[in-house]
Amino acid sequence: MNTCRESMIHYMHAYLDGDISRDEERELKEHLAVCPSCKEMMDELQSAVSFLQFAEPVKAPEGFVSGVMDRLPKEKPKAGIHRLLRRHPLIAAAAMFIILMSATLFSSYNNQQFSVTKQPNLVIEGETVVVPAGETVKGDIVVKNGNIRIEGEVDGDVTVINGSKYMASTAIVTGKSEEIDKAFDWLWYKIKSTVKGLLPTSDTGKDGDSHTDSE
Amino acid sequence: MDELVNKRINEVLKGNHEAFEEIVTMFQHRLYQVCYRMLGNRQEAEDIAQEAFVRAYVNIHTYDQKRKFSTWLFRIATNLCIDRIRKKKPDYYLDAEVPGTEGLNMYSQIAATGDLPEEEVEKMETQERIQYEIGRLPDKYRSVIILRYMEELPLQEISDILELPLGTVKTRVHRGREALRKQMGNM
Ligand SMILES: [Zn+2]
Repeated sequence: MNTCRESMIHYMHAYLDGDISRDEERELKEHLAVCPSCKEMMDELQSAVSFLQFAEPVKAPEGFVSGVMDRLPKEKPKAGIHRLLRRHPLIAAAAMFIILMSATLFSSYNNQQFSVTKQPNLVIEGETVVVPAGETVKGDIVVKNGNIRIEGEVDGDVTVINGSKYMASTAIVTGKSEEIDKAFDWLWYKIKSTVKGLLPTSDTGKDGDSHTDSE
Repeated sequence: MDELVNKRINEVLKGNHEAFEEIVTMFQHRLYQVCYRMLGNRQEAEDIAQEAFVRAYVNIHTYDQKRKFSTWLFRIATNLCIDRIRKKKPDYYLDAEVPGTEGLNMYSQIAATGDLPEEEVEKMETQERIQYEIGRLPDKYRSVIILRYMEELPLQEISDILELPLGTVKTRVHRGREALRKQMGNM
């Protein structure tokens, strides 16, 4: 093994990269003229890289471009709502479902039948629900098309739809207390509770929501 | 060239699907070639080069038009190629001894199957031999050697594509050349 190699090897690579000073290049050439083993190494390096340059250009196969175009995602994120609906019938169907459901909910609002959540120790007097004094109802109470009179305690929410609520001085409600008597409020309340039930199984939720907003 | 490319890219950004087709047409051969040299297999090269264009399309809004488009595109493609090469490598320890073969480890097993006997190599045609020699290079040298000697790119551009410091690229070119020289001996 030649000891000069280690110092010359750097110059050889610098020369091949075109990254060598004039002085270094002269030094290298002078050395190669007198040192056969460095000359051999330089020749091998040069022939190795020039061999690669015999490589013939390789062309993409026929149909390459159309193959790419087929693989592109069909929608850009900012696509218009109309294209979205045309290309995604599922979202359109979901939107239609919500519209139809709203109509159904409106009609159930107009259904004037009195109803109340069944809870023990509630007293019903005609269309008025009474929470008697000294009693505690554990759980939520929803009264539809009727009134509620609270004299005792409710450990939960009280919701009155299309009716009124009377609170005696002894009344205690630990949860939220709401009166809903406008059709819109009622619809909103119903959608909120329906959507809450639907969300975990709905994977088009986001698109569906933004769509109904625009309706 | 770059001006035309940027014009097309702006059209793609405005939602013109067809403008992207023109970009693919312009760069298809160069991109396919790099992938083919890296992977040494036509099917895989087609798959990865097409995937690279798809990723470019999806992420087109992240491309900085002040920079060279081909650099950005080559970066996507070389990253995909390197991932593919790594996935093909077995994940067991290469220096673990192979049961029943005393003293032989995985390195010698791979060397035994990966490198062909000299007579076989000498019978190869030039094009086949070139791909064979590139394929034997360790992958970190392979990418720089391909970009330097087959794509004939300047070192600075290689450093931009591979996101490596210029000094690292130079070292890899040196080591890659050295590895090639040793592989090929005196041809
Ligand atoms: Zn010498």
